[in-house]
Amino acid sequence: MKPFTLLTPATVEEAVALFGQHKETARYMAGGTDVIVKVKEGWMGPDYLINLKKIPGLNDLHKNEATGELSIGALVTHAMLEQSLLIRNAYPIIYDAVSNIGSLQVRNMGTIGGNLINAVPSADGAIPLIALDGTALLVGPDGERSVMVKDLFVKPYETVLTPGEILTRITIPAQVPRTGSAYIKFGRRAAMELPLIGIGVLLVVDEDLSTCTRARICLGVAGPTPLRAVKAEQMLEGQPVTSDLLTGAGKLAAEESQVRDSVRGQAWHRKEMIRVQVRRMGLRCLDIINQKARQA
Amino acid sequence: MTKTISFILNGDEISCDIQDHWTLLHLLREELGLIGTKEGCGNGECGACTVIVDQLAVNSCLYLAADVQGKQVQTIEGLAVHTGSLHPIQQSFVDNGGIQCGFCTPGMIMSAKALLDKDPKADQEAVKHALAGNICRCTGYVQILDSVAAAGRQMAKNQGEGAAAAKDPGTITQQSMNKKAGEVIT
Repeated sequence: MKPFTLLTPATVEEAVALFGQHKETARYMAGGTDVIVKVKEGWMGPDYLINLKKIPGLNDLHKNEATGELSIGALVTHAMLEQSLLIRNAYPIIYDAVSNIGSLQVRNMGTIGGNLINAVPSADGAIPLIALDGTALLVGPDGERSVMVKDLFVKPYETVLTPGEILTRITIPAQVPRTGSAYIKFGRRAAMELPLIGIGVLLVVDEDLSTCTRARICLGVAGPTPLRAVKAEQMLEGQPVTSDLLTGAGKLAAEESQVRDSVRGQAWHRKEMIRVQVRRMGLRCLDIINQKARQA
Repeated sequence: MTKTISFILNGDEISCDIQDHWTLLHLLREELGLIGTKEGCGNGECGACTVIVDQLAVNSCLYLAADVQGKQVQTIEGLAVHTGSLHPIQQSFVDNGGIQCGFCTPGMIMSAKALLDKDPKADQEAVKHALAGNICRCTGYVQILDSVAAAGRQMAKNQGEGAAAAKDPGTITQQSMNKKAGEVIT
């Protein structure tokens, strides 16, 4: 591996200042599961690695009970999310997505922020955060700004972050009652494999437990960036959600997707799986909503 | 850049000089001579280099040596006691044929240990989930899963007898943490 100097700032401001000092010869590093591989393989060769792991507070995960807002620090690892009862119970779509990223060894190191910034079209971590209308907080040389997670991605391996900016946290607005959410990483196997296709669905229904008031259908590996099938979402909103309606939404989502042939799978197969899995994930959302309604 | 780090390795406090770009795997194998931990792919895909850092299984090939400062690291060398008796997981791999060529074994055992230390009664799904990042190219997975299940039963039994701490040399005790080694390598 090409030698580098490891810089370990204690605050975000210090990290940004270090980047300002070393500019393009520096890279930020969170969990390291992508950056170290890229340095080893010679895809990047920074002279300085700015290690964000020692900055207090960046791996903080909590729900503000007053506002209902969920705050996920960018350095929270996939394993921390997977093992959080709060996530498992209230945000099943996040649990579904992170529990099959890489392997446990990778999840113990890799972070949700790093997963987003790496900006691969298959990023399992991005889909649930888009479905949950998450916002990313970016801190850089020119101060702070917020960007919806859905607007974070430009193209494969490229985000809207400007040089020196750091993703510090993701916030998820309070969940409306009667929300269900689910994600499936669909492929030959879950572990140590990128998905053939990733499908996340979130549904909110009215008090009748049937009429859809909000729908989110988010797809991974269905285009150059994670994307939302907005037309399919609109098809569900305002309607009583049935298996047939979900089948229709699945078809529309497949049409809206920008799937292509790749070494991992063919476009027609991906479309078929979107069609099938949007329906299945929609039904799972309804199950979750009904189960919670019975408990209440 | 060179810096000095201190950490607890298999129960002993050590400090050593490292380079910033060294991985934990490099430090263990090339500098400290602990070659039980293997390098397979070097990219975090095979799990042969798995070690335990602060109770978590990690790929030492992607973990920077600098990041173990102040932490507790366990490697396969820390499992058997000096009198020669094996850790229950090691013994179980021997007894149940969980080893073929042996290259993946240290990583398998460390992943299994991270799981069973937390939950010796982990069911097979939990074991598969925890070991999914460890690849055995001899494909002896059935025996490996059997070995972990049997080890879990043994560890649960030991715990039941209240003897876990005494029989598990991999668990770092207060006494060993307080041991002053002060050994400086390089």
